[in-house]
Amino acid sequence: MSARRDRWLDREAGPVVRPYAVTKGRTAPASGSYIGLIDVVAAVADPQLPADTRLSREHRRLLSHCHQPVTVVDLASDIDLPVGVVRVLLSDLSQYGALRVVATSRGPEPNERVLRDVLNALQTL
Amino acid sequence: MHYRHSDAVEAEVMPATAKILIAGGFGVGKTTLVGAISEIRPLSTEEVLSDRSIGIDDTSGADRKTTTTVAMDFGRITFRADLTLYLFGTPGQERFWFMWDELAYGAVGAVVLADTRRLADCFAAVDYFEHRATPFLVAVNCFDDASSYQPEDVRIALDLDPDTPVVLCDARQFDSVKKVLIALVRHAIAKSRANPEYQGRPLPAG
Repeated sequence: MSARRDRWLDREAGPVVRPYAVTKGRTAPASGSYIGLIDVVAAVADPQLPADTRLSREHRRLLSHCHQPVTVVDLASDIDLPVGVVRVLLSDLSQYGALRVVATSRGPEPNERVLRDVLNALQTL
Repeated sequence: MHYRHSDAVEAEVMPATAKILIAGGFGVGKTTLVGAISEIRPLSTEEVLSDRSIGIDDTSGADRKTTTTVAMDFGRITFRADLTLYLFGTPGQERFWFMWDELAYGAVGAVVLADTRRLADCFAAVDYFEHRATPFLVAVNCFDDASSYQPEDVRIALDLDPDTPVVLCDARQFDSVKKVLIALVRHAIAKSRANPEYQGRPLPAG
């Protein structure tokens, strides 16, 4: 009988950081926009930032990781920040015009075309 | 050779992403299953627990607010540049269930991984997906000493709807996991066709 072990147990033992320090305490995107875990984002080349915009170090780190389109969850994993924090920062960047959401799944379920594409792709895997 | 001028200039590959949830009790093999088919070693990111997820009976007040993080494991299969499937292991403990709502939103469906020696461990997941009307199947992970159960036995024990698939699998094996995922996507397609009104929302209470 294997031990009842689950890695969630090991990882939930925080607090290890004050994650929302980098968002200046904001826990939700200012615009109220929702960016999903598997939405794809990409940095805008040569963005015209609003005049008084100051990007934080984390903003710049995020941008540097999404020159190529990348999903939110991959991005969060790459730069080792919690997803909730990444979302707030991405929302900032989107408002500044420095980031665009390339692909987003709208609605509570995938459409049938996506389901069929996934099915076909799995079958040929 | 035929190609349109606009293809090269304007057409951007519109990536489609999809996700499947892998649920089940502790130690049932969720991460093993993800690892068997993912092109990457299961990665981890974190979500921050707010006090709403820690418990409404916590009256300690804002001055004692704490932040805690919980890891989310995920794997990835990039089929093509414009089609990627993510597999998310769901956190087992019930106090992390607030995350399930987000994970389930927009998901293709869920695999509930079951161990017949501890079948009760997946009751909660089955219940959750039934009430949320998320397409799911039960995959019985056949550990070496637990392979004598038939899918029908599991169906009865879990009191599943007749149309909910039950499959046997070996979460360590690529081909086996692939079959499980194919069965799930087929089920999701059948379900979305059978009920055009289905929107993946929770069913009304009662």
